[in-house]
Amino acid sequence: MEGIVKTFPGVRALDGVTFEVERGEVHALVGENGAGKSTLMKILAGAERADSGTIAVDGKPVTIDGPRAAENLGIGMIYQEFNLVPDLGVVENILLGHEPIARGIFLDAPAAERAVTAALSELGIGLPFDRPARRLSVAQQQMTEIAKSLVRKARLIVMDEPTAALTEREIEALFALIRKLKAQGVAFVYISHRLEEVPRIADRITVLRDGRTIATKPAPEMPQDEMIRLMVGRALDTHFPELPAVALDAPVMLRVHALSASTGPSGIDFEVRAGEIVGLAGLVGAGRTEIVRAIAGADIPNGGEVDVAGKRVVVRGPHSAIEAGIALITEDRKAQGLVLGMTVRENVTLAHLDAYTHRFFVDRAAETKITTREIDELSIRTPSPEQIVRNLSGGNQQKVVLAKWLIGEARVFLFDEPTRGIDIGAKAEIYGLMVELLRHGAAIVMVSSELPEVLGMSDRILVIRDGRIAAEFSRSEATPDKIISVATGVAA
Amino acid sequence: MAQAARRFAIRAGVVAALLIVVVLVINVFSHGAFLTPENLTNVLRQITYNAILAIGQTFVIITAGIDLSVGSLIELTGVVMAQFANAMPFDGFPLIVATLLVGLAVGCSAGLINALPVVRLNLPPFITTLAMMLMARGLAFKLSHGRPVGLNSTAFNNTGIGFLFEGPLRHIGLPGIPIAVLWMAVLVTIFAIVLVRTPFGRYVFAIGGNEEAARLAGIDVRLVKTMVYVISGGCAAIASLLLMARFASGSPNTGIGSELQSIAAVVVGGTSLMGGRGSVVASFFGALLIGMLNNVMNLLNIESYTQDIVLGAVILIAVIFDQLRRRYFTS
Repeated sequence: MEGIVKTFPGVRALDGVTFEVERGEVHALVGENGAGKSTLMKILAGAERADSGTIAVDGKPVTIDGPRAAENLGIGMIYQEFNLVPDLGVVENILLGHEPIARGIFLDAPAAERAVTAALSELGIGLPFDRPARRLSVAQQQMTEIAKSLVRKARLIVMDEPTAALTEREIEALFALIRKLKAQGVAFVYISHRLEEVPRIADRITVLRDGRTIATKPAPEMPQDEMIRLMVGRALDTHFPELPAVALDAPVMLRVHALSASTGPSGIDFEVRAGEIVGLAGLVGAGRTEIVRAIAGADIPNGGEVDVAGKRVVVRGPHSAIEAGIALITEDRKAQGLVLGMTVRENVTLAHLDAYTHRFFVDRAAETKITTREIDELSIRTPSPEQIVRNLSGGNQQKVVLAKWLIGEARVFLFDEPTRGIDIGAKAEIYGLMVELLRHGAAIVMVSSELPEVLGMSDRILVIRDGRIAAEFSRSEATPDKIISVATGVAA
Repeated sequence: MAQAARRFAIRAGVVAALLIVVVLVINVFSHGAFLTPENLTNVLRQITYNAILAIGQTFVIITAGIDLSVGSLIELTGVVMAQFANAMPFDGFPLIVATLLVGLAVGCSAGLINALPVVRLNLPPFITTLAMMLMARGLAFKLSHGRPVGLNSTAFNNTGIGFLFEGPLRHIGLPGIPIAVLWMAVLVTIFAIVLVRTPFGRYVFAIGGNEEAARLAGIDVRLVKTMVYVISGGCAAIASLLLMARFASGSPNTGIGSELQSIAAVVVGGTSLMGGRGSVVASFFGALLIGMLNNVMNLLNIESYTQDIVLGAVILIAVIFDQLRRRYFTS
């Protein structure tokens, strides 16, 4: 791809980007959100068209005017959210649009199953054929996507944030598969925010910033700190802010006792003091999200007690938890945190609209005032409080979710993957905000799949396995090895 | 803020300009019969029932639901109200109020029954309101033995066919304001304000936009969703009262197809069937547009089969146009 330019109204998303991938190479593409990575890859996959620039495959210039054209050129795209049909099985999904046909018009189910079995055994992976895609784990869905690309004879596979929702063990399996395919000549474009894993898999690294190619270098020649410096255009000396010390006599703000829910958690016991942050580590699917959801009433607990500042909370639903001062900042902001079609103002006040209602009517002036204040305080980049949230970047959307809970009286904040899929700058701001909350005496529980984040941003760490607390570490005794071995069941 | 206001002004300007052009063209083709005060008043009277149904339908559709039962509910509440009115020993204004309350009780209960399986068991509203559509129609026929129930009282005449300010307005060459049209205007105003200015209205939009996010924000999603079906049933009852007053009878087959008419009005008004977007005022204009088309085609002596073809085409074009406009403004 050479000299690729793409403008959207008001934004020059790509400004003459040049990018190449060799046969059998894993080429990592890194950059902050909005740097142009996704746009560049969408152009390659035929989902968007470039304004100018050329694309060549095997040295021959080509026109990619749609997903089908990209597919015919051997380009496979695996989006972060995947493109599987949720109610179809593995076989149907892999062969979608390429079904073997018997006697001219009928689907040939046995042949389809044979074809998929052959493809999977070649990859050395097993996938259950008996359940719909939506019941597969994230890792299994990803394997299905990879198999889907390969059945379509892809020679270049683009993966957008492939490890965002994977556990360490699943990441290893993914990397093993990538290396195997690489040996067969398949090339990969690997887009990731998780910089620490990029050198583990990439042969070369290209850094994009503000729609331009900043540098392309072999992976060993680009250490992590240089990558960061190139991405943000400045050096970030530390990732995590200093946590304020928890006072010895700080009151217990959140106490959870013998909490269970039908979604998995059982016998959960822990306390968080004012000004303290507790990290919940563990594999995806271990039940961490379910624990915070049960505390916040997103799922109704079927046993146990929750106290906030010494007062018993009867958790009958989100409303009762909010009343008690519990705020849940959910993992998936698009599906659970925001009404994307509403404005910043409407989202910010949604959970506390009663406070902005005057004699039956919503007081818009008051709403605008509080929203403007939050926009300033959290430096949310939006043209106005009336901007539709869908049009904001991921980091700014996440800040809107935070604003929604900050305007209330919450004293217990449950963060579920607070920095997933947002850029480094926004991450730092969100960490800073958490510290600010702690200083004001809030208690925080943070679920995170990023080990450095758990280690860097927790006073204590609880490792969750199979819906139970498997181990507890103080900040000083916690190490990645200890957490992983407990989480995976290697150690108790 | 300024940007949003400008966008709205452009939008409103375009729509208004188009309407004016259409009306002028129509007027020329109908040799001036369209743009007369009498005829325009007539249009407003004709759309009253559909516009009132469209109010409730708008609330339901913004939550990404649908209410197929309103046509049948017109019939059921009409029959019940007529029988009730005939059985009462008193007359006059108290009778109108009592009859309306009975109609509202029936319509709102039906709305409640529509909503319960939706909010409790997560059944699709298409199914529950379809079932209600059949049941209410069947019940209306059973209660009335398939025949219109004639009203004994004359108390309703004024509500149905009366005019307000008839004397003074006649003086300056205008017909009076039909009382039924006044009902419509009041209801459209009240519910437009409820939708745009109250927390309840905000929650209706939030649920249509992202139900899970709304629930996690502490909104009582079940209550709000129940309320929109109750409102829709109540609107059907009011429309039914006006129809009954107009024809001096409650008939078990006046509502056939009304549910689709009301959905058409909402959709032509630009409300998305996907939920999260919509406006009571826009739905009123949707009903007005459809009513004007019907009226014009009648004036031009276009046969009813052709009218259906034209109406269907207009609905399709209106929605396509709306989609294109939206795409233009969001990019």
